[in-house]
Amino acid sequence: MKGAFHVLVIGGGATGAALAHDLTLRGLRVTLVERWEVTAGTTGRHHGLLHSGARYVLTDPDSARECIEENWILRRIAPDAFELNDGLFVALTDEDVTYLDPFLEGCARCGIPTRVLSREHTLRLEPNLNPTLKLAVQVPDGTMDAMRLPLRFLATAQHHGAEIRPFTEVVDIHFQGRTVAGARVRDHRTEREYTIAADVVINATGPWAGQIAQMAGVDVPIRPSPGVLVAVEGRLCNMVINRLHPAGDGDIIVPQRRLSIVGTSSWVVEDPDDLDVPEAHVRMMIDLGALLIPTLREMPVRAAWAAARPLVGPRTAHSGRELSRTFKCFDHADEGVEGLVTIIGGKASTARAMAEVTTDIVCAKLGITAPCRTREVVLLPHTAYYAG
Amino acid sequence: MTEQRTVQFRVFRYKQGRERPWYDTFDVTVTPRTTVLEALQFIRRVHDPSLMLRHSCHHASCGTCGMRINGQERLACITRVHDIAGERVTVEPLANLPIIGDLVVDMKAFYAKFTPMAMPLIRHSEFLPEAEPPEGVDTYTRLENCIECGLCVSVCPVAASDPLYLGPAALAAAWRVVQEPRGQNVPEILAQVDTAHGCWRCHIAMECSAVCPSHVDPGAAIMALRGTLIRQHLPWRRKQQGGDAHEPR
Repeated sequence: MKGAFHVLVIGGGATGAALAHDLTLRGLRVTLVERWEVTAGTTGRHHGLLHSGARYVLTDPDSARECIEENWILRRIAPDAFELNDGLFVALTDEDVTYLDPFLEGCARCGIPTRVLSREHTLRLEPNLNPTLKLAVQVPDGTMDAMRLPLRFLATAQHHGAEIRPFTEVVDIHFQGRTVAGARVRDHRTEREYTIAADVVINATGPWAGQIAQMAGVDVPIRPSPGVLVAVEGRLCNMVINRLHPAGDGDIIVPQRRLSIVGTSSWVVEDPDDLDVPEAHVRMMIDLGALLIPTLREMPVRAAWAAARPLVGPRTAHSGRELSRTFKCFDHADEGVEGLVTIIGGKASTARAMAEVTTDIVCAKLGITAPCRTREVVLLPHTAYYAG
Repeated sequence: MTEQRTVQFRVFRYKQGRERPWYDTFDVTVTPRTTVLEALQFIRRVHDPSLMLRHSCHHASCGTCGMRINGQERLACITRVHDIAGERVTVEPLANLPIIGDLVVDMKAFYAKFTPMAMPLIRHSEFLPEAEPPEGVDTYTRLENCIECGLCVSVCPVAASDPLYLGPAALAAAWRVVQEPRGQNVPEILAQVDTAHGCWRCHIAMECSAVCPSHVDPGAAIMALRGTLIRQHLPWRRKQQGGDAHEPR
């Protein structure tokens, strides 16, 4: 590793974790800093869906294709990490049924396998579903543990020499002339400030990407878009249950361990640190979720929380639903600031792909030709991250 | 409008290099819905960004926000301030694990005992037993209950006095392997827990089962391990296993 280029990754979420893994595999020296515990921002708070991509075929086919490709890769590189019970898209009304053909065509175009199930067959698989349902489509959705998949990337990166520093907050970007040359950080464990020098700095801070970009005097089109999720006690289904319609509020129930998690709502905010959990959204999740599984309404609420999606979009966006779930990487050399790359957008299911694209850009800048190996390298178990 | 009130938070603080820990107090306005985790996030955002705590999923699935709240081991994300008696809430890190800073403990010692039990993380799902699995899925599966939060280790009186004790989380993981081996080596796991610092060290305080937020019931698991090992160790049983395969009940 001595003499290798040094890359500083800012952000210990899914994106930063996958980046640290890819960068180390390509022979780079990597330091990752996270101001809180790893995965404490957006990453840990998603509903735990391993996307088949079917959720996006009607409105966002690019994202759908990314999801199904990554779904197959993740099953390979993270064995025993997922509840692989598949998912259903359930048509509750005649209007929902009108989406069946476009949905099946969209899935076929994106390479997502489907199987149409009759009402009776669907109820044999999931007896708690609303008995008035019309039909359902089976897709390869799954359930993941939102924290442990990124921990696997971090554990493997650490094993290959990456230095992971949680509770280490970036307080300023370090420049040499117009070139970003590292970052000034504050270690909350020791109360000390120091500078980390780096050949390239990657801003992988999700909804906080605008704040880091601002420190470097550049702009990124980030729209922090929170959503409310509600977990109820009791596992009411084994498969992931979606409503067959264009993705909207409260239309997905992800079972996980002994819980059922209903999501989500969507709005946009300026400050992703100050997330409210509006009572009306909590009620809406229960009301809409109960359309799919009526007994949901009777279960005690375990928790209600909000997470901010790191969506790519113009400042005029207002609900976040109109924005793509795909991702975008920015080389700020295009704006005259060399040495800084920002990755925003995407989702936990596509973090590996986000890291691949970003690492390709970083390697091109540094003249490194090593190919990406993250499609094949099997990840260490999550427990290896803390075991060291 | 929801009813608001102001609660004083007394928060344990420690930074590496400082001689000793201390407590800071902060006033936080809460509603009936506010959780201890949300209150601590507010303190960090508004009063002191250097406050260290662990959190991730915010719905009791990741196990990171375990801490002692008015002396009781709990997950901060599902503990509502409103449900805690009194006008003051004292928040401290878990016990029986080394402190990294403020409310954060080092989980390395936890995993050093937990990981060798080699518990597979995916188990058969026992929910909705009448449900038929779909084509392509052999049997419904789900993640194991244990969320590795460390509450059981923190509350355990034996873990406090014997640093070598395997502890409730690791022993519960061992029992899950015995219950559902999934290809693991059961005799090897049983040998690991059949020691003076293994399942025999437990004093049956059962505090672990009382604080577990995830239905693991480590106390019952430890008793079940003992039962299994006793049956194996009885001399007449050993003799019988050599000759007669009859299972005494």
